[in-house]
Amino acid sequence: MPARKIGPGTYHLSRAGIKSTAAIVGPKEGEGPLRSYFDEVWESETHQQKSVERAERVLLEDTMNLAVEKAGCRWSDIDLVLGGDLLDQIVSTNFVARRHQRPLLGLFAACAVFTEALGLGALLVADHDPTTVAVGAVSHHMAAERQFRFPVELGYQRTPTAAWTATAAGVAVVGPAEAGDVVVDGVTFGRVVDWGSKDPNDMGSAMAPAAFDTIKQHLAATGETITDYDAIFTGDLGVLGVDLIQALGNKEGINFGDRLNDCGKSLYYLKEQDVHNGASGPGCSASVFAGYLHHCLLTGQWQRLLLVATGALFSPTTYQQGESIPCIAHAVSLRRPEAILS
Amino acid sequence: MANQETSKTARDYQELVKKKRPSKPVLKNLIYAFFVGGAISLVGQGIQWGFMQYGMSAKDATSPTTVVLIGLGALFTGLGWYDQLVKRGGMGGTLPITGFANAMVAPAMEFRSEGLVLGVGAKLFTVAGPVLVYGLSAAFVVGLIRFLITGVA
Repeated sequence: MPARKIGPGTYHLSRAGIKSTAAIVGPKEGEGPLRSYFDEVWESETHQQKSVERAERVLLEDTMNLAVEKAGCRWSDIDLVLGGDLLDQIVSTNFVARRHQRPLLGLFAACAVFTEALGLGALLVADHDPTTVAVGAVSHHMAAERQFRFPVELGYQRTPTAAWTATAAGVAVVGPAEAGDVVVDGVTFGRVVDWGSKDPNDMGSAMAPAAFDTIKQHLAATGETITDYDAIFTGDLGVLGVDLIQALGNKEGINFGDRLNDCGKSLYYLKEQDVHNGASGPGCSASVFAGYLHHCLLTGQWQRLLLVATGALFSPTTYQQGESIPCIAHAVSLRRPEAILS
Repeated sequence: MANQETSKTARDYQELVKKKRPSKPVLKNLIYAFFVGGAISLVGQGIQWGFMQYGMSAKDATSPTTVVLIGLGALFTGLGWYDQLVKRGGMGGTLPITGFANAMVAPAMEFRSEGLVLGVGAKLFTVAGPVLVYGLSAAFVVGLIRFLITGVA
C-alpha cells in the first residue's frame, strides 16, 4: 500500500522497513551510557585527520559504509542517499557523496535533518521507487564549535542551558519491509515555529514549541494518544526543553509522563560529563536512533516509538542581527517487527 | 504573521521559560573568579619580584613580567589547559593578560587549517579584535578627560 496523506503534514505508510542501522561516535559520546549500542567509538576527536571538517566527513562515510554492509547490500544497490549535516553548504554530506557516487538529496533542517531524511526516504520507498535508500546525519563537536561559537581552545564559560554538539553519525538503510524489520508507519513533517526565543545558548527552549506542535499535529492526524507509544524521543531539547514540553502539555491536558524522553538527554551522563543541558547536533538523534532506539524496537522491548528530531534554523548572522530563532521538528513513528508480535 | 494571539502565546511562553530556566551559579562563579584571577595575579607578582631580585626597578620589571605571563598564557593554551581554567574561573581567567594571550593563540591554532594568510592572518584577531578596538577607544577618551582636567598629557 502506498503512503496516504492523513493530515496537513502527516502520512500513513506500511511498506518501508529499516534494513540496517549504523552509528559511530566520538570519544566523549563513547564514555556515555549508550556506549555498548554504538558500532564503533573513535579514540580521538580528529581520528588522525588534518582538519575537523575532514574528520566529520570520514565519520559520515565510515558510518554509511557500515550501514550498507550491515544491510547486506553493495553501494550499487542503494538507489538514493538522503541526509544532511550542520556545516555551511552541508559539505560533509555532499563531499561524502563524491565518493559513494549514488544519487543524492542533500537536506538541511539543522538538527532535525535525520527524521526529515528518514521520513522522506520512507515515503519514497512506500511508493515503490526508489526501492532502497540510505538516510543519515552527522555532526562533529569541534567543527560545529568553530562555525557557530568560538575557537575550541578559547576559554569561556558555558551557560547552564548550553548544549554540547555531539561528535556522532547515524545512518539507516530503508527498503521494502520484510519480516524482522522495524517498520516506519507514520511521518509528520513539521512547520516552522518561532515563539520569540533569541538566545543561541538556549536552543532547548527555542525548539520545544516546534516539537510540541509536531507531536500534536501527528496525534491529531493519526487519532492516536500518547499512550499508543511506548516512547516518544525528541531530538536535542535537553533537560530544559523536555521540562518545557511537559509544561506545555499539562496546559493542554496532555500528560506525557515518563514516555517522553530526549536523545540529547540520553547520550551523556549529564553531570559527570559536564554537558549542561545535554547533547545536540544532527548526529545526536541520528546516532541515538541508529544505536539505541532501533535496538529497543528490534528486540521487542518497545512496540512503538515516535522519534521527533528538532532543529534550530538560525545562523550566526541572524542571531547577531537580533533575529529570534525559528525552529522545526519532524516526526517519524516506528513499530517493532511483525514477527515478534505473533 | 505575528497576529495578537501568537504574540501572546509567545509572551506567555517566554515567561514560562524564565521560570523554568536554571539560574547561573553566580556566587560560586564569583568565588572561583576571585581565586583564579587572584592566583594568576600572585604568579605575576612573583615574577615581577624575581626580576627585581636582578636589580630592576619595579617599573622596569613590568614589561618583562608581562612578556613572561603572555608566554605562559600561550603555552597553557597550546597544552589545552587554559580553556579548562577559564571554564571554572570565568573573568578571573579572561581579564588578566594571560587571557589576552589565550584569545590570540586559540584562533591562531584553530585557523591554521585554512592556511597562514586566509586562516591565521585573517582570523588572529577575531576574539581579541573587539577588545583592542574598544580598549584603545576607552583609553583615548579617558586620556582626553584627564588632559582636560589636569592639563597633563
